[in-house]
Amino acid sequence: MAEIGTTRIKRGLAEMFKGGVIMDVTTVDQARIAEEAGAVSVMALERIPADIRKEGGVARAADPGLVEQIMEAVSIPVMAKVRIGHISEARILEHMGVDFIDESEVLTPADVVYHIDKWQFKIPFVCGARNLGEALRRISEGAAMIRTKGEPGTGDVSEAVTHMRVLMNEIRKVQSMPEDELVVEAKDLGVNVDLLREVRTLGRLPVVNFAAGGIATPADAALMMTLGADGVFVGSGIFKSADPLPRAKAIVAATTYWDDPKVLFEVSKGLKEGMSGIDARTLVELDKMQVRDS
Amino acid sequence: MTIGVLALQGDFREHMNMIRSLGVQVQLVRFPEEVALVNGLIIPGGESTTIGKLMVKYGLDKAIIERFTAGRLALYGTCAGMIVLARNIEGNESQPHLGLLDVTVRRNAFGRQKESSEEDLDVEGLDTPFHALFIRGPVIVRTGPSVKVLAKVAEGPVYVQQGMLLASSFHPELGRDTRVHQRFVRLSEQSLNQEV
Repeated sequence: MAEIGTTRIKRGLAEMFKGGVIMDVTTVDQARIAEEAGAVSVMALERIPADIRKEGGVARAADPGLVEQIMEAVSIPVMAKVRIGHISEARILEHMGVDFIDESEVLTPADVVYHIDKWQFKIPFVCGARNLGEALRRISEGAAMIRTKGEPGTGDVSEAVTHMRVLMNEIRKVQSMPEDELVVEAKDLGVNVDLLREVRTLGRLPVVNFAAGGIATPADAALMMTLGADGVFVGSGIFKSADPLPRAKAIVAATTYWDDPKVLFEVSKGLKEGMSGIDARTLVELDKMQVRDS
Repeated sequence: MTIGVLALQGDFREHMNMIRSLGVQVQLVRFPEEVALVNGLIIPGGESTTIGKLMVKYGLDKAIIERFTAGRLALYGTCAGMIVLARNIEGNESQPHLGLLDVTVRRNAFGRQKESSEEDLDVEGLDTPFHALFIRGPVIVRTGPSVKVLAKVAEGPVYVQQGMLLASSFHPELGRDTRVHQRFVRLSEQSLNQEV
């Protein structure tokens, strides 16, 4: 008998995204441009993070009608965001057959304490994390994929770099940890000791880990791959730039050939202006999306 | 002998690890000149449109077709790789592909991710079933006369061979059963013999 929605099937789809670029889109036309550029998936949402940041107010899941149109327009997998803890927004997306749900700090959290129990769903979830503790707590809740948070909508890659550095550093530390120290580390991180043991054995997270939040150029994508990301999400960086298609294609190539400066040079030159961006250090704590959950 | 894994996008590391576990040398392939180094090439699971576009942009399609046509390369495609190998892609002929395997594939034939599944599959030549993972997988809807069907499901063939070409809709690289990869290693040995 065929079994659907198993952990292996959910995590397996994330494995297929590796070495690829997942692009934020807000219209059918943008989704088609993303597919044309070679995106492995599109993230359908109502406003990209840069606009959410600028316009303020409560950011909710996109109109399901828009998500549906995008699903019909492209052949690649479609993701959509729900508010943290918003079980019902997620159920609507699952019913529609969205391929992946992002329980995202980019939207205004619906539940300030609890995340969604993602084991209850047949479709996979991706969640943000700034460090190993956050990543493993999300995996314990059923996340089939992790993305480092960065600071969305800024076009400043520094926070994504910090989060990837921290995560990788913590994994390396765990790898050399004896059993007695591992038990205390699990307690300190607030994570299951078996899951931490699995990280020690694998030398990585047990699910695919992408980079996100502030990636705006081909070199940014290559940098995140260099630091150990399995792939990248690009939010505002493409459709807030002057000429999205060439930039999107260049970011796709840079994610594949991240360690080859010759290719990076070829794809980086002559791209029109990138998104203007915000220096993440100038944001006050209240304006940071990354601190909305932990 | 060396088996290559096309490393443009997708789960190429899983294929690499599996081939390595069989004691065979592995080469990741991202540039046309690397195709000449291998006797067999695996096109992994991933997004077929992404892999196809990068393959054409960086000239890998020509290098692969040339070496295959000379009888010096065996090819194995999983999922997206099967689509890339196929002669026809239903409803999407403009998508870049190699067109070597004489079949027509239907992309996402089972539906979207929520219809993705795992099941035990009876495979020709194997004593026990193969546990197969289908992830937004394709199905073959037309097979040419020289294509041998090795396994099928209700929707159609999911594992086929045509001479030096092997293709599966499912993902053996995500499990521990190495029997499909063993078959491909044996196939690649044949291309090695052509070399002498």
